[in-house]
Amino acid sequence: MYDVVIAGAGIVGAACAYECAREGLKVAVLERDFIGAGATAAGMGHVVVMDDSEAQFALTRYSQQLWQELASELPDDCEYVQTGTLWVAADEEEMSEVRRKHQFYSQRKVPSEILDARSLDAAEPQLRTGLAGALFVKEDAVVYPPCVARYLLERARDLGARVLMGRQVIRLDDEGAGFDDGTVMKGAVMVNAAGAHAASVHPDLPIVPRKGHLLITERYPGFVRHQLIELGYLKSAHKSAADSVAFNIQPRKTGQLLIGSSRQYAVDSPEIDRSILSRMLARATQYIPTLAGLSSLRVWTGLRAATPDNLPLIGRCPGYRYVFAAAGHEGLGITTSLATARLLIDELMSRSPAISPEPYSVQRNTAVHG
Amino acid sequence: MTGIEREVVIVGAGPAGISAACVVAETGRSALLIDDNPSPGGQIWREQDRHGSDWQASHWLRRMHLYRVDVMSGATVIDGDPGRRAIVCETANSVSTIRYKKLILATGARELFLPFPGWTLPNVMGAGGLQALVKSGMPISGKRVVVAGSGPLLLAVGAYLKGQGARVLAIAEQASWSRLARFGLGLPKQPYKLAETWQLKRALFRVPYRAGAWVEAALGGTVLERVRLRVSHRYWEAPCDYLAVGYGLVPNIELAVSLGCQLSGGCVQVDSMQQTSVPDILCAGETTGIGGVELALMEGRIAGFSAIGDRLNAQWLFSDRERFRRFARRLQKAFTLREELRHLPSEETLVCRCEDVSYRRIAPMSGWRAAKLHTRCGMGPCQGRVCGPAAEFLFGWNCQSARPPVFPARIDSLIEHVDK
Ligand SMILES: Cc1cc2nc3c(=O)[nH]c(=O)nc-3n(C[C@H](O)[C@H](O)[C@H](O)COP(=O)(O)OP(=O)(O)OC[C@H]3O[C@@H](n4cnc5c(N)ncnc54)[C@H](O)[C@@H]3O)c2cc1C
Ligand SMILES: Cc1cc2nc3c(=O)[nH]c(=O)nc-3n(C[C@H](O)[C@H](O)[C@H](O)COP(=O)(O)OP(=O)(O)OC[C@H]3O[C@@H](n4cnc5c(N)ncnc54)[C@H](O)[C@@H]3O)c2cc1C
Repeated sequence: MYDVVIAGAGIVGAACAYECAREGLKVAVLERDFIGAGATAAGMGHVVVMDDSEAQFALTRYSQQLWQELASELPDDCEYVQTGTLWVAADEEEMSEVRRKHQFYSQRKVPSEILDARSLDAAEPQLRTGLAGALFVKEDAVVYPPCVARYLLERARDLGARVLMGRQVIRLDDEGAGFDDGTVMKGAVMVNAAGAHAASVHPDLPIVPRKGHLLITERYPGFVRHQLIELGYLKSAHKSAADSVAFNIQPRKTGQLLIGSSRQYAVDSPEIDRSILSRMLARATQYIPTLAGLSSLRVWTGLRAATPDNLPLIGRCPGYRYVFAAAGHEGLGITTSLATARLLIDELMSRSPAISPEPYSVQRNTAVHG
Repeated sequence: MTGIEREVVIVGAGPAGISAACVVAETGRSALLIDDNPSPGGQIWREQDRHGSDWQASHWLRRMHLYRVDVMSGATVIDGDPGRRAIVCETANSVSTIRYKKLILATGARELFLPFPGWTLPNVMGAGGLQALVKSGMPISGKRVVVAGSGPLLLAVGAYLKGQGARVLAIAEQASWSRLARFGLGLPKQPYKLAETWQLKRALFRVPYRAGAWVEAALGGTVLERVRLRVSHRYWEAPCDYLAVGYGLVPNIELAVSLGCQLSGGCVQVDSMQQTSVPDILCAGETTGIGGVELALMEGRIAGFSAIGDRLNAQWLFSDRERFRRFARRLQKAFTLREELRHLPSEETLVCRCEDVSYRRIAPMSGWRAAKLHTRCGMGPCQGRVCGPAAEFLFGWNCQSARPPVFPARIDSLIEHVDK
């Protein structure tokens, strides 16, 4: 019998396992594949503060601060670098968004700075000329998520946690985690951290996959220095139900460039969609024309676990006493994994959390969406 | 950006691709032969051979010119879309979408490298790799060379290097004498039965051929100085300038897999007409199974006839193809890699050269994807082309993963969507 049985060894399951083990709880992690095999391997690893809503801001900011604490102990292969983010404004309309964001962040003590066209050009010479400016958000960072997940689980293991690979959970209920051979691993508390597949364990969870494409290049050290994202991102990516692409590029510690991003709804096949890939890359070359000549190594896809309001589901599942969810992190689960784990452990230990857990409660989604 | 359309498009201008293209072009149909090398010929018929003594090479290359096969050299097929019957092809300064009615994949094979201590030292090379370097002008005369690994290629390479004036100190074949003999390929201490099949007997006169022998380590400070062989239970060590190692061939299946073709036993699966599991895509040559030039030529011709719907002519060649396939299967069995080779790497031996990943870091992983994600093994420019097959042999993993682009490609080539 375990205190906590966690289904899924992505970054969220790993962070939860670590927090629980630190509290002295007896933890088992069940993973059907291997550590970080899901979205955690596919994602970009941008640790970013976002402001689509107050709730999103609170969670991302809290988590980012936890990342800053963790950073000093992360091994090299986790590739934590505080690159900062440049939210690139193409025109005056987007510049007003820069100013709005700047004000929003300043009021909430997030260090940021407005760059005009000239200073943007100096900061990122590869960007095309004629852009209006950017908002530089300084504390955003970049990590390599699969190695972070592995590190967190190693730490949890040092504290006595068991990590079992190749174990597919077919059911989580108040008894424990059930497998297809009929056996059950018993736990006092069960946590569904199965990412985009969380709903296959709990069909009531309002989670649908949202597919994304990424491309990695060969090494071009110094080509860009910050994570660069177009401001149109907010309009296109989060706020419509149509397939969309946006300019989003990330410098890796290796000197490679990771280029995104795309969003497609209700597609869960891993195949590369050539036409959306083409659109995504064309979009990127509109911002950085010289990208066209760089050599790409590989393209892949990943599934974001999307919820109706784009906020994760953290906390007890309605209809159960001992089953909890830590899933539905859409495109921000690397960023928000650490805060998710804190909110979960605070709820388990009946402590008052650092931020209000209400907006992420599983209840709110099921209430809204039936 | 350009749009091209041809009745039959052939990828790979080795023996299989050339013979397929000739068959198609001889009937007056439009055939386009695409290859990433500077000139057609594939792995063995490089440019130099056109005027050389290899009658087969000159025969086929002449036919190719005579029937005006359209050749696109220096062009890499990086992606495709079977639904639209199109492939995307990149050259040094352009990208084009090429549409086909029938596509023949004849992408050949590459050498299998297995890691051993010292294999990353300068002057340790692939057997075929060293041969190619010498063919393109690297002086080898008077140099001491050890050729090692497995398979008939070692003999071809040894003979070629000797012909170019190299002092071939030994050819070390990992398969044992008894194994070779069991499959009718050699008599004790006399590899010439095997050599005969490759018409190399004279060329290899006086080159010591050691069966049941393999490289334990390449030794040297900054460059190769000595090589240590294991010959059954004894060691043999000698100073040398070059070590050429190849453990056989691995089919280049990446393009076929990314187009959705099914595999069987690590090779592209085809029916008797060389048709793959994907409509209108055929496959011929080493990509369907390692079998040598004769088989590649035969499969290429059958694929050519098949592509133009000439069943009858294709069927004429079935029995010859079967004969070569039987021989190929025998070779495959005779040269099965021995267990000891799995234990050659030391903890610190690099398995992935692109990303400098050692055996020690890879060995504990649960599989290839886990190894890639957690150690970066196979994530470099070669995308696991070298270390993937090695890991497959060392750890028994399935290391196939096909993601576009098939080869590193310029970003603008991926923007050129096949839809256009
Ligand atoms: C293209 C793309 C780009 C992204 N970029 C960013 C970014 O820049 N910043 C950011 O913060 N986030 C980003 N994300 C989102 C982020 O990757 C995810 O939110 C995060 O990885 C979610 O982690 P997870 O642990 O919840 O899910 P996963 O990593 O998917 O982990 C779930 C695990 O559960 C296992 N599992 C599933 N079902 C079962 C079962 N039944 N039994 C046992 N195990 C099971 C899976 O194998 C998997 O390992 C991106 C996502 C994508 C797709
Ligand atoms: C390194 C090496 C050396 C060899 N030396 C000898 C020898 O000395 N004697 C001997 O008898 N046999 C030798 N062989 C074996 C011999 O090459 C084969 O039996 C024969 O060439 C097979 O013919 P093929 O047409 O199937 O493939 P190949 O001759 O391999 O031709 C395939 C061609 O396709 C090209 N290609 C692959 N993918 C793409 C793509 N995506 N886009 C464009 N072009 C592509 C390749 O570059 C190559 O030119 C050697 C093999 C190798 C790998």
